[in-house]
Amino acid sequence: MNDRVIPWFVAIIACLLGACSEGAWNNPYPNGEKASNVIYSSFSERPKHLDPVRSYSSNEYQFIAQIYEPPLQYHYLARPYKLIPLTASQLPQVRYLDAAGRPVPRERHEAIAFSEYIVSIQPGIRYQPHPALARDAQGNARYLHLDAEDLKGIHVLGDFTTTGSRELTAADYVYQIKRIASPYLHSPIAGVMREYIVGFDAFREQVSALYGDSPKGVWQDLRGIDFAGLSVDDRYTYRIRIHGEYPQLVYWLAMPFFAPMPWEAEKFYSQPGMEERNITLNWYPVGTGPFMLTENNPNLRMVMEKNPNFHGEQYPVYGEPQDLENGLLDDAGKALPLVHKAVYSLEKENIPYWNKFLQGYYDASGVSSDSFDQAIQFGSQGDIQLTELMQAKDIQLETSVRTSILYMGFNMQDPVVGGFSERARLLRRAISIAVDYEEYISIFANGRGIAAQGPVPPGIFGNIEGEAGINPYVYDWLDGEPKRKDLGEARQLMAEAGYVNGIDQASGKPLVLYFDTPGAGPGAKAHFSWMRKQYQKLGIQLVIRATDYNRFQEKMRKGTGQIFQWGWNADYPDPENFFFLLYGPNAKAKHGGENAANYQNLEFDHLFEQMKNIENGPVRLEIIREMTRILQRDAPWLWGHHPKAFSLFHSWYKNVKPNLMANNLLKYKRVDGELRDRKRAQWNRPNYWPLVILLLVLLVSFIPAAVGFYRREHGTLK
Amino acid sequence: MIAYIVRRALYAIPILIGVNIITFLLFFVVNTPDDMARMFLGQKHVTEVQIEDWKTERGYHNPLFYNADAEGLDSFKETIFYTKSLRLFVFDFGRSDSGRDISFDISQRMWPSLAIAVPQLLIGLLVAITFALLIAFFRATYIDYWAVVICVVLMSISSLFYIIGGQFVMGKLLRVVPISGFESGIFGIKFLILPVLIGVVGGIGSSTRWYRTIFLEEMNKDYVRTVRAKGIAEQTVLFRHVLRNALIPILTGVVVILPLLFMGSLITESFFGIPGLGSYTIDAINRQDFAIVRSMVFLGAVLYIIGLLLTDISYTVVDPRVRLG
Repeated sequence: MNDRVIPWFVAIIACLLGACSEGAWNNPYPNGEKASNVIYSSFSERPKHLDPVRSYSSNEYQFIAQIYEPPLQYHYLARPYKLIPLTASQLPQVRYLDAAGRPVPRERHEAIAFSEYIVSIQPGIRYQPHPALARDAQGNARYLHLDAEDLKGIHVLGDFTTTGSRELTAADYVYQIKRIASPYLHSPIAGVMREYIVGFDAFREQVSALYGDSPKGVWQDLRGIDFAGLSVDDRYTYRIRIHGEYPQLVYWLAMPFFAPMPWEAEKFYSQPGMEERNITLNWYPVGTGPFMLTENNPNLRMVMEKNPNFHGEQYPVYGEPQDLENGLLDDAGKALPLVHKAVYSLEKENIPYWNKFLQGYYDASGVSSDSFDQAIQFGSQGDIQLTELMQAKDIQLETSVRTSILYMGFNMQDPVVGGFSERARLLRRAISIAVDYEEYISIFANGRGIAAQGPVPPGIFGNIEGEAGINPYVYDWLDGEPKRKDLGEARQLMAEAGYVNGIDQASGKPLVLYFDTPGAGPGAKAHFSWMRKQYQKLGIQLVIRATDYNRFQEKMRKGTGQIFQWGWNADYPDPENFFFLLYGPNAKAKHGGENAANYQNLEFDHLFEQMKNIENGPVRLEIIREMTRILQRDAPWLWGHHPKAFSLFHSWYKNVKPNLMANNLLKYKRVDGELRDRKRAQWNRPNYWPLVILLLVLLVSFIPAAVGFYRREHGTLK
Repeated sequence: MIAYIVRRALYAIPILIGVNIITFLLFFVVNTPDDMARMFLGQKHVTEVQIEDWKTERGYHNPLFYNADAEGLDSFKETIFYTKSLRLFVFDFGRSDSGRDISFDISQRMWPSLAIAVPQLLIGLLVAITFALLIAFFRATYIDYWAVVICVVLMSISSLFYIIGGQFVMGKLLRVVPISGFESGIFGIKFLILPVLIGVVGGIGSSTRWYRTIFLEEMNKDYVRTVRAKGIAEQTVLFRHVLRNALIPILTGVVVILPLLFMGSLITESFFGIPGLGSYTIDAINRQDFAIVRSMVFLGAVLYIIGLLLTDISYTVVDPRVRLG
């Protein structure tokens, strides 16, 4: 070998060995993190927003809910879901006022013109260390008056050498609510809040008048602009005044939209040159929560570490009766958070993600359709079990019914399937019986779901279990469980509606219906085929109109669809958040609301208005029963199903209990780092002998070539 | 040559305008500005006012090509095409619809793409040339026959199969490399081994077959027969004469793809979690971020034109008989 080549060769081998040294060769994490108190998880899509005023999706809440703290939160273990204070010192006090501003009792609903929520927060809570809050020796803001010269050499937030903190105040919460109202921040809940918070529109107009002409990037100081519905009583108390009653406001107060925002942070990020460097509030959050984002590289990895200024919180000391035996109270009373760091790696594809989970490099995983058979099997009684592979690895399974619904809607404006005529109603009921959602769940969801009887999912007040809760137009109660009515009944309903065997008796033509769906591609074909067969049972010809999601939404907005499939995920655990999907004034075609079926029934609407403003109790339950009865009778939706969430986790991952409402769950999780290291080492011993054999085979296969070459070179002409 | 380069650069302008218009049309046929706003603002509780505000703030409230409400030149200037697409010609990519500086993101994300593409190209080239020479040497023997069959088989397999199979065998069964991930620095080498290996194996069939054809064509030329007649050893014939002359088409074929190495690979980057420009483009398409999509398409077109220009120039370097007029 050439003398110059040898040092290079040695260097390359040294590099490769260095890169592969110590521990498992396939370990995707630095070896220095052994036995550490770190959680390893993943994300599949870059979060669009990390600013709490805009974030509204689960992949964003995965991060910001650990960083920002609204005044309230859900109890981790207690069920039904229960709100408890987070930064608040107690649950908000509510005062009811008449039009003149005089207090009135809660029971006098008709006299209530305003409700006032008084929120008191705990003193002594401090923000995470952040440059926006840094002060110099004289106590002046260190980085709030930067110019181009100061920003030389600054590329990321970490390039600011000094950080600071300050105490959380009530004014920070008020500032954030003003941000929700700001026309320039595009908060997705601005449309909802403007209906309730007093002075919302007036505030928006003032902001527009003041900052409408200002160039982009100028800090819009909202502090001095009056907002009639907001006031700060003292350093730790603020109040929100809303029109009429809206008891659901407390649920919003548990969402990051209502987390505090220090004005300094907004001013800091608004300075010239910051946005050009991608240093924005949307990228670098600042909060008071148990964690802070220390690495934000959403193309590769997001890392959260414990906030050194965290005010302290303790693991819950009570929960459901079975929580004690499930070990969920082992850490009762311990200081949170229980881990000091969480690493989220980008995994766009399911296959590598699943394999890394099996290798122990992720602590928990969902179960995708691809990996379902590897993970889950059904016992002889139809019970769900883990496969032997999972059991051998001591992997555990948690299941829960999601607080969501996937339904099939009829456009009530449609002349054939819509409206309140008996004919249309019977047709919808017949289809409701024919479309077998139990079969759908079995085929397309691997059994992960339960057929819905009405709009309210289990776990939410208003969902009635057992015989009393079934949809009597579609199910019978037999042998202790709901049983879908016989197809003969559906055909009878069709005949009564004037469609004997799917033939319209008036025109003599077969009934053709249209199903609008955003699904397309080979994966959706089986689904469409199944759907056609369901309608075919009644002789109905179903035409699938598959399109992209944008066009589908457009059809829904214009009300030009006929039958469609859609879903809803609960914002908060209140039946109002589901019944409002069928509330007349929310009709999508007329009012741009979320009522995509355009269902408008005055009786239902009246009951909805009553129901939404009263506390959970027998009176509310009776109204909900009546509303459900009306909906089941009118059948504007095929109620579809409530999906079930399956999650797998390793034996070293502790305190796992599904909580479908809370997002700030990271602080409760704990890992046994030593057990994880042992298991990883055991599962990931490199197996390099097949490679050596492959190399030898390759070398041997070259022998004929080498022999041939030698013969040709040394052969003589004959 | 300078005159030739200038002329080619001028030819590129109408091509780039065409690419820009086609990208613009295709994007807005599928996604209206309203769709983009809904994608950005989310699905729940979004009002028409919010959508209008979003469009106005980002300049998507104007008509696409012609503004009938404006007068004179403003009819063309106050349009989405003018405000969004024309500045690309000065390589001002602007900001993505989510507010990030696109130039900065490209400058960050091209390195992971290059970290995979460059070793893949070099190793692939070396392996394919070696195999092709060997096969050409044994032309018309059973080695040649079986090698071509294997090449055709390798060519016929989907790249997705190589990726999933490679991850399964090397990462899951043998556990010798991480299944996916990326790191910069020395620790990152082990993340590169599998994607590079898969890229090389996946490309070896087609390139070996192509190079074999080139070598065989070269080996049938008169000068090779003359060299052989002089009694020169076969390895000298192959490496000193055939290889050098056959390098001309190989080199020009390689030069044309050199600039495109920056663009990364869509599937490989997605499966291996590599934060390169391939996954940047895919993410932008999924998020309906027109600003990034148009920038990446424009950049791809520019790089392709540069690649073709470099190819022409490389002809003059490797073959002194060629002159660019």
